[in-house]
Amino acid sequence: MSDVFRVLSPGPLTTVQDAGRTAFQHMGVPVSGALDRYGLQVANWLVGNDGGCAVLEATLVGPRLEVLAEADMALTGAASALTINGLPAPGWTSQRVRPGDIVDTGVPENGCRSYLAVGGGIDVPPVMGSRATYLGGRLGGVEGRALTAGDVLRRGPARLLDRPRRLPWFPLYGGEVILRAVVGPQDRYFRSALATFFDSPFTVSAQANRMGYRLEGPALVREADAPASIVSEPIVAGNVQVPADGKPIILLNEQTLGGYAKIATVISSDLFKVAQAKPGDTVRFVAVTVDQAGAIAHQWATFLGDIQTLLAAGG
Amino acid sequence: MSEAFYDRPQFRPCGDRALLAEYGTGIDLAVNRKVYAVAAALRQRSLAGIEAVIPAYCNLAVLFDPIAVSFESLTAALTALESEMEAAESAEPRTVDIPVCYGGRFGPDLAFVAEHHRMTVEEVVRIHSRTLYPIYAVGFAPGFCYLGGLDPRLHTPRLPTPRTRVPAGSVGIAEAQTGVYPSDSPGGWRLIGRTPLSLFNPSRTDPFLYQAGDRIRFVPVAEPDFHRLRAAEEP
Repeated sequence: MSDVFRVLSPGPLTTVQDAGRTAFQHMGVPVSGALDRYGLQVANWLVGNDGGCAVLEATLVGPRLEVLAEADMALTGAASALTINGLPAPGWTSQRVRPGDIVDTGVPENGCRSYLAVGGGIDVPPVMGSRATYLGGRLGGVEGRALTAGDVLRRGPARLLDRPRRLPWFPLYGGEVILRAVVGPQDRYFRSALATFFDSPFTVSAQANRMGYRLEGPALVREADAPASIVSEPIVAGNVQVPADGKPIILLNEQTLGGYAKIATVISSDLFKVAQAKPGDTVRFVAVTVDQAGAIAHQWATFLGDIQTLLAAGG
Repeated sequence: MSEAFYDRPQFRPCGDRALLAEYGTGIDLAVNRKVYAVAAALRQRSLAGIEAVIPAYCNLAVLFDPIAVSFESLTAALTALESEMEAAESAEPRTVDIPVCYGGRFGPDLAFVAEHHRMTVEEVVRIHSRTLYPIYAVGFAPGFCYLGGLDPRLHTPRLPTPRTRVPAGSVGIAEAQTGVYPSDSPGGWRLIGRTPLSLFNPSRTDPFLYQAGDRIRFVPVAEPDFHRLRAAEEP
């Protein structure tokens, strides 16, 4: 274990995230973790880590880092603007970096969040089984906060890759985002609004963060006999809650209970698209049944398994 | 059976990785105890594919791995579970004592609460510490309990302007609710006392002292006892 990066400039919101803190949701501790689990896993596989190791999650503008130890790193998610010592370097590809190198993740042309993995994983003390930063609870990550200039990050025990790894394609984000969603749990309160929900384009508002994404679009009107709020109940990532003003909010990983009705829930394998959507992007919802959602989950798991196998062989 | 119960549980999908099992409506102690009995039974049995169980007032979310278990087989398992668990349902909830030093600098609003209800501070403390408060749900913040059972004689409006910082352990009243702040946070509750215990300590093996379904009893302690207990909490 050794120091691997010094933060020269952190970007507006860069945090340590992993696969999340799942064990204490019943005690009000939210999952947190990387919002784009696809980016998280591929970044880790590219440098030879387990998919859930801790990485840096950057929002819009990525960090500038000084390298302190020879290491393999990879940038995924919104990865289009990476430079190393001022020279453009591809994302979704492992990069060997050496002490003194300057890594600048820059301002990506598409997408919203970048994931920077390093061989061995970012090593901060695990809190309740996870290294994920929970900003609201000020725990996990680096002292429960976003990175600041001068922070020095350590990595876990690592072995350098025998040869570079690259994903032979990379996703492009932005424009129109299609999200598949299962209706409910309170779709009965929105019987006539469901058609509006699935037929209309929505726009990501400026209120889009790790808590959730508020959307602009036609108001989703509750049935006359439906209550304005519900008794607080469990929340999962992807729940689309509809407050009194009828503007839907896609909830993400930072709360466990809530008192607004949910018209639908985005399926887990589409949540990375939410993480990569920016204010101004268009969102459309497509209805899938529970059975279809289960089948998609199987396909997605197979797809990720194939990527893992491919990358282990070099890509 | 309480009227708040459904004839049979409602199983609602929550995307592809969660199921909401709902046993009744509203804020009802009998329904809530059923929810906790099911949650406890699920934890005991550790069924394949279940990743987490999050209980609340009248329903619980079962988070599952759709590769290992389907929504349909999970609803069948939950239905089967219910018929097996009569014994768990009758189990008495655990009572957790929370020592509280009332008034003084720990409870800056105790005098207001007493005046508001035209009683003495001693009466407020006696009424507040006499009740066993059921924990209906834990959420909003780590370890924050939604407690039921506050005596109507103590229902008190919130502060007109919330405090920017309420110290961890503060015990407060807001309208018909009473509760404890597990961590430092802003808040508008009327503060009547403080517990020396760390309700949430992420570095403890068990970061929490209670779970939903338990009952909380506030036990008055004097200031020297508060400091003694507080010192024992500091590592």
